[in-house]
Amino acid sequence: MALPTSEVKSTEPVKRTAIGRRTILGLSALGALGVAFGSSVQSFLGSAFGSGLGGLLPGGDRFRIYSITGTFPKVKDSDYRLKVSGLVERPKTFTLADLKAMPVTSFKKPFQCVTGWRVPNVEWEGVLLSDILATVGVKQGAVALTFESYDRADTESLTIDQAHLPDVIVAYQMLGAPVTTEHGGPVRLYVAQMFGYKSLKWLSAIRVVNTVQPGFWERNGYPVNGWLDGSTGPTNPTPSLD
Amino acid sequence: MTLTETRASATRVLRFDRVQRGAHWANATLFGLLMFTAIPLYFGTFFGIVMQRHLMAQIHLWSGLALPIPVIVSLLGPWGRQMRRDVRRINYWTRREVEWMRTLGKSPLETDKFNPGQKLNAIFIAAVIILMLATGAVLQWFRLFPVPWRVGATFVHDVFAYAIFAVVIGHVIVALTHPESLRSMFSGWVSEKWAATHAPSWLKEETLTKE
Repeated sequence: MALPTSEVKSTEPVKRTAIGRRTILGLSALGALGVAFGSSVQSFLGSAFGSGLGGLLPGGDRFRIYSITGTFPKVKDSDYRLKVSGLVERPKTFTLADLKAMPVTSFKKPFQCVTGWRVPNVEWEGVLLSDILATVGVKQGAVALTFESYDRADTESLTIDQAHLPDVIVAYQMLGAPVTTEHGGPVRLYVAQMFGYKSLKWLSAIRVVNTVQPGFWERNGYPVNGWLDGSTGPTNPTPSLD
Repeated sequence: MTLTETRASATRVLRFDRVQRGAHWANATLFGLLMFTAIPLYFGTFFGIVMQRHLMAQIHLWSGLALPIPVIVSLLGPWGRQMRRDVRRINYWTRREVEWMRTLGKSPLETDKFNPGQKLNAIFIAAVIILMLATGAVLQWFRLFPVPWRVGATFVHDVFAYAIFAVVIGHVIVALTHPESLRSMFSGWVSEKWAATHAPSWLKEETLTKE
């Protein structure tokens, strides 16, 4: 009759199982599986429950709201202006009404943050950036665009080619409603095929320039070409995700 | 009057020594900070709270990185004898304990120092420290990992965050409704009467040790 390995003395010989170790190893394995396949599970949950309920589920569709300054620039719809200048034939300042009078583009596309969170099937609506560029007329020698946020804290860049992609829009509707202040309203950029940091919020100015000027996040180490598939050039602009 | 922490006195028994109490409260503080800062980081959309996002994120990061310290420091070293012994108690389960857990406390059991529910709580906390650290590291140093991993790590971090809130809130409720158990996490001691009711098998063992 062998005593149990534990120091605990007992009147009867008791078989003991390392439940603690097993549980920890089991949960760790579950966690590893979750890291490997969580992406697909989440897509499934998102499509099964939709965006509304998905927002309540753990790991479901949920925007993490980032702001570089810690505050939101609050801009009234009637005060909103988008100034387009630089290497253009006809510099123009658009009001929100001007933008809404232009041809509408809408689609459902995911918002993917570079850090990992992702919201599938977001409804976007706005004006194609290429339509805006056509309105002002891009001059010879133009290479890139720089974007500026209302509080001037955030900046972004796109090449002229990237700006003409059919899913790059200046959005005033999002999630079926006007873009809210925390989502960058009244007007924000949405670059479907790139990580979220490229979709500048509180868009207030676009300048057409002759060189790519890295934006705020690029100066903090993020790739200038933030393609979702991690590629570096526009040769493969179809995202691998979704 | 000098009171050294002898293992058992006539009317009371030492349940947690200084090292264990210290480790518990250090761990509890870190969990508190992590959970407190997690709320605005996670639910910012709902509450519109972003004012201190950067500060919240920094507190969350550093508390997370400090998480293994209380466990490791209390376990290793000459001061960790009782801690190590209790870890063994929590790890190894008898068939009766497994049965007790399965029937949710309905099968007979002469309880050891910790009942199976308490053991499960400790095991869960140990497991999530590992899980949250690992997935948190992927989120913090995301550039080192492929995008699907980042998405998966976010998913796991979120799911276990929900579980942690449930377990920790449950733990606090049970603590508040069991004042003598709670007091022992401050003073270290429980009465023999308490031990006879809640941990009879352990009391026998302690009494044996004393004699």
